[in-house]
Amino acid sequence: MDSAKIVEALRGVAPDGAVEAAPAADGMPAIYIAREHVQAVCRAVRDLPALQFALAVDVTGVDYLPREPRFEVVYTLVSIGVGGYGDTPKRLRVKVRVPGTDPRMPTLSGVWKAMDWGEREVFDLFGIRFDGHPDLRRILMPEDWEGYPARKDYPVQIKMKPKVYEPLQLTPEEFAANVKGDRDRAQRE
Amino acid sequence: MPEFEIPVLTTTVEKMVQWARRSSIWPVTFGLACCAIEMMVMSTSRYDIARFGAEVFRGSPRQSDLMIIAGRLSRKMAPVLRRVYDQMAEPKYVISMGACASVGGVFDNYALVQGVDQIVPVDVFVPGCPPRPESLIYGIVQLQRKIDQMKLSELSSVTLGDPNPPRVNG
Repeated sequence: MDSAKIVEALRGVAPDGAVEAAPAADGMPAIYIAREHVQAVCRAVRDLPALQFALAVDVTGVDYLPREPRFEVVYTLVSIGVGGYGDTPKRLRVKVRVPGTDPRMPTLSGVWKAMDWGEREVFDLFGIRFDGHPDLRRILMPEDWEGYPARKDYPVQIKMKPKVYEPLQLTPEEFAANVKGDRDRAQRE
Repeated sequence: MPEFEIPVLTTTVEKMVQWARRSSIWPVTFGLACCAIEMMVMSTSRYDIARFGAEVFRGSPRQSDLMIIAGRLSRKMAPVLRRVYDQMAEPKYVISMGACASVGGVFDNYALVQGVDQIVPVDVFVPGCPPRPESLIYGIVQLQRKIDQMKLSELSSVTLGDPNPPRVNG
């Protein structure tokens, strides 16, 4: 099943032009989906009997600086082809163009639960916000990190003192009070 | 048997204590990357660090004397390493194992600490990528020499770190 057939199968799910075939040097079927229709189209990609890409294995971002739209988010999908999940094993690459001036797109973690952490990683490293994501926090870098390291304009080397935190110093009285407070709380509960 | 031939050895308290201290350096179980594999190999029967009394890897920093920083340290891990170090009881020692821990190694990028001496005071640097177990054993022996030279009266200055730690040949 090549890209054109997949686009054909998705006709009617979204307005014309929202889904188009994408060139792929490795011959793997690939489609572009317009950002605003991505959730509806991906639900169809997952559920249509002809497609049934039930498994999302990977999501990643690409920074095409200085091109505009600058980013692309790439999902790699698999239809297992056994046990009621599709007729034959097949793969599909779904790309979404994201402009650099407004780096956000709807989340697909509601379509494929496995994309929850994957989208957090893309957010962490590329700064692309996924609207509707249940828990969009950094996942690899420290939580108070500034900047998005996988962007092309991010410096590779930075001279910065590593952050450490001073150990908490308690007096014996404070320690005893904390222990007592914990015990009281445990007894109340 | 004449009475003066009782089996005793006379020495100073200082020598005795230093001998005891240097002969039981217990490292904390703390491996960061591939160097940790060499560190584990060091404790196996082939290299047998038990000969130098440093084979008891403790699971708790409270029971450890030595921290072998084996591998690259990411900036996210740095506060954790510092906390483990702070939890160790004094006197405590640090061996920076391998190129990554010592100077950042090949990872000259934003995510990694370029040398753990920015985080904790280091007693011995062991070069290599990764160092062979023999190198690390040599580093531990160097640390033992260092402990031998410390005076009991100066123990409080131990954790201040040595500005010129002995370098180990790889």
